[in-house]
Amino acid sequence: MRRLLTATVVAVMAAAPALAELVIPSLSYRTGPYAANGIPFADGYQDYFKLLNEKDGGIGGEPIRVVECETGYNTEKGVECYESTKGEGALVYAPLSTGITYQIIPKASADGIPVHSMGYGRTSAKNGKVFEWIFNYPANYWDGASIAVKHLLDINGGSLEGKKIALVYHNSAYGKEPIRTLQELSKKHGFEFMEIPVDHPGQEQKSQWLQIRQQRPDYVLMWGWGVMNQVAIQEAANIRFPMENFIGVWWSGSENDVIPVGDGADGYKSLNMHMPGMDFPIYDELKTYLYDKGLAAGAGDQAGTVLYNRGMYNAMIIAEAIRKAQELSGATAITPAQLRDGMEQLVITQDRLTELGIPNFGPAVEASCENHGGQGMAIVQQWDAAAKKWNVLTDYIQSDSEVIDALIAEDSAAYAAEAGITERCN
Amino acid sequence: MIYREAGDFKTTYAADAQTFPIKLDRWGYFVILAVAVLVVPFFITDYMANAILVPFLIYAIAAIGLNILTGYCGQVSLGTGGFMAVGAYACYKLMTSFPDVSIVIHILLAGLVTAAVGVLFGLPSLRIKGFYLAVATLAAQFFLVWLFNKVPWFYNYSASGQISAPERTVLGVAVTGPSTDAWATYMICLVFTIVLALMARNLTRGSVGRRWMAIRDMDIAAEIIGVNPLKAKLTAFAVSSFYIGVAGALFFSVYLGAVEVGEVFGIQKSFLVLFMIIIGGLGSIFGAFAGAAFLVVLPVVLKVIGSDWLGWPTDLVAHFNLVIVGALIMAFLIFEPHGLAQLWRLLKEKLRLWPFPH
Repeated sequence: MRRLLTATVVAVMAAAPALAELVIPSLSYRTGPYAANGIPFADGYQDYFKLLNEKDGGIGGEPIRVVECETGYNTEKGVECYESTKGEGALVYAPLSTGITYQIIPKASADGIPVHSMGYGRTSAKNGKVFEWIFNYPANYWDGASIAVKHLLDINGGSLEGKKIALVYHNSAYGKEPIRTLQELSKKHGFEFMEIPVDHPGQEQKSQWLQIRQQRPDYVLMWGWGVMNQVAIQEAANIRFPMENFIGVWWSGSENDVIPVGDGADGYKSLNMHMPGMDFPIYDELKTYLYDKGLAAGAGDQAGTVLYNRGMYNAMIIAEAIRKAQELSGATAITPAQLRDGMEQLVITQDRLTELGIPNFGPAVEASCENHGGQGMAIVQQWDAAAKKWNVLTDYIQSDSEVIDALIAEDSAAYAAEAGITERCN
Repeated sequence: MIYREAGDFKTTYAADAQTFPIKLDRWGYFVILAVAVLVVPFFITDYMANAILVPFLIYAIAAIGLNILTGYCGQVSLGTGGFMAVGAYACYKLMTSFPDVSIVIHILLAGLVTAAVGVLFGLPSLRIKGFYLAVATLAAQFFLVWLFNKVPWFYNYSASGQISAPERTVLGVAVTGPSTDAWATYMICLVFTIVLALMARNLTRGSVGRRWMAIRDMDIAAEIIGVNPLKAKLTAFAVSSFYIGVAGALFFSVYLGAVEVGEVFGIQKSFLVLFMIIIGGLGSIFGAFAGAAFLVVLPVVLKVIGSDWLGWPTDLVAHFNLVIVGALIMAFLIFEPHGLAQLWRLLKEKLRLWPFPH
């Protein structure tokens, strides 16, 4: 008993912050129906910061402390995690959940802590005039919908007239996000659009795929997450839906989603906001500084997967924003408000990516006071079941800003009116 | 020795029939109430409010509601999540349609709307019992969640289907919306909890409550002694749904602020509240509080001990949490089917005799 008590006291003492640090909360989920996708992202996110600590002693000489908190993709636990990490001096939130993002957008704005919902969350947060504290670069859901349609236009010789496109989506804020854009795009390009919702968590999709078999859409787009992805791909394989006509958003395109389906998943396509694979110099550094020393986060078996890369990419953007903030403020121990300024003036060029050991890993990003959403570019990748790897099919595709900008202006104006926000940047 | 009835003489019927007949109980109750009202608001932090106290108070209201239906009237319900959703969406529609009316009135009206919906779904209880009724309420759960997802009018046609609470004030203090103070959200939930718990306590020991309990214990016998099963069952559904609706409205407007129906008010919420009353004790107001406290506080305590103090990986702690809560539910069902409330009752029995048990 005494030993336990001593151990506890020591642990408490050790946990108490001793010196100035950069506190980065990691609202992760390693349990529940979304764990298969939550684990690699959380590992990548932490490993990148660990690498910076091991290699450079943090950012600008300031060590980084990642505080992990398990949300289970559940909003209530997300609130608990937000409150508990806020007290530790959190600099920025990346909750990897659209539901939790919606939850903390007003709270974080009131508390003055930036949120980086990279490619998820509220799409209209791209409009920095209304969403001062929220950033979603490099691309958002509406970009995703538009890029998928653009890719379909490319392979159909520029016309989707008379085609039928179905959207299989997670019946939540996340899955509903692209509907508005796809409706607009269906008007513009003359294709027929049908919505097929799948309820949380999405383990049962027989009726949805029966509907697809009956109505025979030419293409199926998917906004899925967690266990829903692999079930959908399995069902598509069961009804022999041609896999190359099935395109997932960037959250429906990781190894965990296709490997369980085996050969049936061959040819499945998905979007991606960065490159898959391990052919980057940074993996040599990770090996020297982390893997060989046994310091990798989690079980250490996720390196090189799409979502691990995405976690690293997210961490890289935040680290770059911290550097920018340090440069702007002249201080190394920055505050959340200073980080927000850094995020707003963030510029990531291809040269910078090469310096960081990830050449051509993602698109160049340039934020501004008005633009919190980046340039809206993504690639299309295709699964090769025999080689068990994602092949990059296209170059970065630019989304249709004509359609999206109007929708973003409309949606953010509605939010501004509801929340009583006056526009900035004027 | 300290805890006893001897010497505590009652000279009026009112004194004899009061909620806490033993002096120490009474004092304990008043002290807890005084601390909750006069002390806690001055020391409360955002974390304490949002992670522990506010959810505890709201779940306590929901648990009292379900306890009225299941514990007192014997009608099993798996529709709690759906009824909470009715409260939340009713509150949202009222808040956005009539922004000038006080939020307190909206929350009460949301409770009344839920009561009406509850009566509607309570109608099958006149014909079916037990498991079959549970399945009928399960249908209510799924139907209501589907409805709020399907019909855009309920979420004011927002693109994402989310509802978010705008800022509303009580006596000039913001209680909903992003820029609320911890003490304000805590106080509004506390006031609702105290008033509703008092009401529930008095309902359940009056004639209405006796009718419910007669139906629970044996419906045919109750009918023979003159209890109208239609009235008894439907009032139980109405009152229970009112409580659950108020809990849902508070859950959405004060606690979460933004809600997505499938995720927040899904079937797991129904089970959670059901577990609360099973662990707390069926047919006991104290049990509703004990069960809510148990299931809200235990995960937080386990998390703090596991990941903050001992530094274990978060997934391990989350899995342990499931194992421990699951094991405790099983243990309670086996060793003490009447829940924490019964343990408390036994403890009090023992205390009365202590230190001379014979």
